[in-house]
Amino acid sequence: MNPRRKKRLLITSSLIVGLSCAVGLTLFALQQNIDLFYTPNEIINGKNETGIKPEIGQRLRVGGMVLNGSVQRDPDSLKVSFDLIDNQAGQITVYFDGILPDLFREGQGIVAQGTLKSSNTIDAFEVLAKHDEEYMPPEVADALKGMDHLKTEQYK
Amino acid sequence: MWKWLHPYAKAEKSYILSGKLMPWFLALALPTFIVGMVWGLAFAPADYQQGDSFRIIYIHVPAAMMAMGAYSTMAIAAFIGLVWQIRLAEMTVAATAPIGAVYTFIALFTGAAWGKPMWGAWWVWDARLTSELILLFVYLGIIALYNAFSDKVLAGRAASILTLVGVINLPIIHFSVVWWNTLHQGATITKFDKPSMATEMLIPLLIMIVSFAAFLGFMVLYRFRNEILQRESHRPWVIALVKSSSSNDSQGA
Repeated sequence: MNPRRKKRLLITSSLIVGLSCAVGLTLFALQQNIDLFYTPNEIINGKNETGIKPEIGQRLRVGGMVLNGSVQRDPDSLKVSFDLIDNQAGQITVYFDGILPDLFREGQGIVAQGTLKSSNTIDAFEVLAKHDEEYMPPEVADALKGMDHLKTEQYK
Repeated sequence: MWKWLHPYAKAEKSYILSGKLMPWFLALALPTFIVGMVWGLAFAPADYQQGDSFRIIYIHVPAAMMAMGAYSTMAIAAFIGLVWQIRLAEMTVAATAPIGAVYTFIALFTGAAWGKPMWGAWWVWDARLTSELILLFVYLGIIALYNAFSDKVLAGRAASILTLVGVINLPIIHFSVVWWNTLHQGATITKFDKPSMATEMLIPLLIMIVSFAAFLGFMVLYRFRNEILQRESHRPWVIALVKSSSSNDSQGA
């Protein structure tokens, strides 16, 4: 390889390496802010890495699994409340007034956006369903019922 | 070792080779598209939790994968173009960008249409969606930068540098669902584990991916040939080519 090409190779490679470092460090610094949501455990005990707890009245998103048997609907309105859990100790009650997405049901992962009312209740104005990356026909899902094929580690 | 490759640094040889390859890509893309589409939309079983809505995956995933595939192609070409100063590599960057941008747009659009019924929102500013949107903007930036210069040598170099800057985004898109909490679910097939998808759903998806990839190849070659003709329009071989084709046309008429 002639010296000019070698020089260009060096400049181009260092451009890529330098940029990767810069972007990597930026993303690392912003890590907490890029997360879309808190998990219930993080609201109660603080973020896993920093221990920072959200303040009451803060707008935030919470992501977790709808606890079986916790969904309570108001018969006269769209008001609904349910508990969110994760695979750690957290449990959060969410109050919502509106139309829930199709995938909403007990045991489903959801992300709710709202304000923190007290240390473990949230007034949500938006509820989004989060589905996993598994796709299978209903028969297969029936066969797997009881086995824990729903992944919970994404709520850690 | 690379001797066999050297002739293709010449525009004329590349033009002829890409012309020969083009129909093969199309011949692969069209039947796989029809088979994959019909199989995926009509015969693959419905999903256990999303029902028939999951079928949009047969457009969404191939488009998203090829959006990133097109960008990787451009990044490699840009690197070769900058280091070895091969004009054809820069033409490849210019030829690929608009197609990659369209694939990215398809991925974003189908993603939004899928997100509304399933998640409950057209758009969420989570890491995966945002980084994919940035990819679209990077594509548009490359196209705009390339067209902003009247001197195409300069334009090719500027576009190549921007392409290399934007390549940082590719690993961010891919790993965004791993590194951060996102609404978008994790990878279904592009992981080392076995795909978390039933086989009878997976096969049509793989067929669609092959189809989208082959169509990408076809479109890139098509635009690459046009780019060569435009950039080399004053060269004798292009003039001879145009003359011979126009005289063929007049004989046919």
